[in-house]
Amino acid sequence: MNKFIVSPSPHTYTGESVPKLMYGVIISLLPALAVSVWFFGIGMIIVTFVSVASSILFEYLIQRYILKVKPTHLDGSALLTGLLLAFCLPAIIPFWMVMIGALAAIGIGKMTFGGLGNNIFNPALVGRVFLFISFPVAMTSWPEPGQWMHYTDAVTGATPLGLMKEGLANRTVGEIMPELPSFLHLLVGRTTGSAGEVSALALLLGMLYMMYRKIISWHIPLTILATVAVFTGILWLANPDRFADPLFHLLTGGLLLGAIYMATDYVTSPMTRKGMIIYGAGIGIVTVLIRVFGAYPEGVQFAILIFNGFTPLINKFVKPLRFGKEVKHG
Amino acid sequence: MSLRTFSRGGVHPPEHKLSAGNKIKELPPPEIVVIPVSQHLGAPAKVLVNRGEQVKVGQLIAESGGFVSTNIHSSVSGKVLKVDEFMDSSGYRKMAVQIQVEGDEWLETIDRSDDLVRNSVLPAEDIRKKILEAGIVGLGGATFPTHVKLMVPQGKTAEYLIINGVECEPYLTADHSLMLERSEELFSGIQLLMKGLGVEKAIIGIENNKPDAIEKMKKVVEGSRIRVQGLKVKYPQGGEKQLVQALLKREVPSGGLPIDVGVVVFNVGTALAVYEAVMKNRPLIDRVVTVTGKSLKKPSNFLVRIGTPVSVLVKEAGGLPEHTAKVINGGPMMGKAFSTLDIPVVKGSSGILLIDEQEARRKEVKPCIRCTKCLSVCPMGLEPYLLMNLSEKSLFERMEPEKVLDCIECGSCSYTCPSSRPLLDYIRLGKAEVGKIKRARKAV
Repeated sequence: MNKFIVSPSPHTYTGESVPKLMYGVIISLLPALAVSVWFFGIGMIIVTFVSVASSILFEYLIQRYILKVKPTHLDGSALLTGLLLAFCLPAIIPFWMVMIGALAAIGIGKMTFGGLGNNIFNPALVGRVFLFISFPVAMTSWPEPGQWMHYTDAVTGATPLGLMKEGLANRTVGEIMPELPSFLHLLVGRTTGSAGEVSALALLLGMLYMMYRKIISWHIPLTILATVAVFTGILWLANPDRFADPLFHLLTGGLLLGAIYMATDYVTSPMTRKGMIIYGAGIGIVTVLIRVFGAYPEGVQFAILIFNGFTPLINKFVKPLRFGKEVKHG
Repeated sequence: MSLRTFSRGGVHPPEHKLSAGNKIKELPPPEIVVIPVSQHLGAPAKVLVNRGEQVKVGQLIAESGGFVSTNIHSSVSGKVLKVDEFMDSSGYRKMAVQIQVEGDEWLETIDRSDDLVRNSVLPAEDIRKKILEAGIVGLGGATFPTHVKLMVPQGKTAEYLIINGVECEPYLTADHSLMLERSEELFSGIQLLMKGLGVEKAIIGIENNKPDAIEKMKKVVEGSRIRVQGLKVKYPQGGEKQLVQALLKREVPSGGLPIDVGVVVFNVGTALAVYEAVMKNRPLIDRVVTVTGKSLKKPSNFLVRIGTPVSVLVKEAGGLPEHTAKVINGGPMMGKAFSTLDIPVVKGSSGILLIDEQEARRKEVKPCIRCTKCLSVCPMGLEPYLLMNLSEKSLFERMEPEKVLDCIECGSCSYTCPSSRPLLDYIRLGKAEVGKIKRARKAV
């Protein structure tokens, strides 16, 4: 007599998997990677390669020899962390610093919490902030774009946000603007800054791809961008000499990369649509507060990490709309 | 015009309606049938026959064992071989009557002609009585006794009758073929149900992937107070609460029934059984079953006597394909797997689905990455990932306020999970434990 497999329903599945989702995000990052390689050349290639390779290697070593679990270094998540970390570093940072950043991202950001799915903070951002605190000079030496063959001896300059921050100490926005890259350059990515965050167009293209593949929904990125636009817009209308316009804020710094790729990290962002909107609005507000009133020219990384910390709380209190009202039974 | 559907969640599994358009084929009685006495929700029926006794087709062999219970009739004529426990689709051995088939002798009271009878003069009370006597249960798979549903509780009123012709499970086509081939009888059955229930309005909900059925039913009900409504294809639209919302924009309250918003829902197969019981004096002794699967030679819709072994159906559909690893009673989303073909077709068997080896095994369970897919597909607005976490840690008392009892077990969450997490398995466990906690609280 035949004996068949007996298991509870359902008996069919979508065929979606964690690696498929991760590689979907990775594919969406390729345009931004291509633009960065075009503008920062060999440096970007080295930083990306070192970051990705060491993220995967550290994930394997930690799982195999310290945690003694089955390594999952090829599921795409370590590759993605490495890629995102490389995207927020200067293309001329020494390679050993990149390795330290990858160790912080994977080791501190991910594995100490129990690996994929259990981390509270976005690993790539943990790596970035770790480097930012440890090597402040190297982390703020931004190469000028268009230096293909230079790695360690490139000409460096301040980012548009940095110029704005310094300039506003004694000049008006109108006086500073001519020294900054045009909006067209900001759109395509011909500007100083972290390697992968410079091209607004490439990042937006990646966002559209992820939305098309239903990897992310619009709720987090668009709420962040809208909040930043509205908040900076109010400031700008109140005093255009003191505050830059919303478009400048949207196109500069790590805002797009953060809103599209860091804040939408599944594990560290809220589960409900309502929760995502609260989270996005919070990140937008804190980003502007840090940029405009804080000590750093750039704020999105800290804003995201802060709200990563709020995610469990948001999940606890913001519930989806349940089907059916409560009914009282006698 | 955008088509109606329910508002929250839902998935769209690939359809594979392999047997669609295949005419219903009536199978002759097999050599031996095994007729379980619990083919319905509620108490098992009480056996009335003894070993060695001769029975006829349509003869009562077990009578209703309580308020929520119903009658069981012999589907064949012949000799009672055994009254004993046999394995049924639950995988457990349960009381059943085994009959050796001899000839095909029917009770004389049953009208076996094909003549269409319409416009019953029977009062509502008699309609309900006939339905009770005929042992009719919900044929969509839930098998709730139909006569109980027709008794509207005090303080509530039925305004609408909804006929469920959605058939949202991939692969299944039994209801589809009924709507195409038995539409006139269905129309009559729906009118009987309206009368039995005392409602003026009825709606037949059919998903848009069955345009021929929509057209046919529209033509048949023309000029009556019955309306046919096409629906967007989305699973689990066949769920009562989802269907009521899709058709009437009314939300059945948490912990409530459709009657709480003035609606009673029946499956199309049930409406046909009601026609046959009331107009033809014919108890529920057979049903249409889809037999299907990608490797099966002849996916079919069979009219089968209750109690026929599943092995007979598979043989008729071209034999068991070589690499079959799973046999499912029902569709791939909500059906139950069983371990052998040696179990009988019962009133709730809507389909037999055979699944090949490569699809049958579950994938390795990976950690939850909180991708929110389970949450966005849940039609009840629950948080499957959270419910599974709580259940895994045995934090059952925290599952009740999270509305675990609202889960309709549609399986959309497990279906969609990229980490292959057995969400529904743990939610079912949680539902059972929360049920225990609630009962214990009542007992105190």
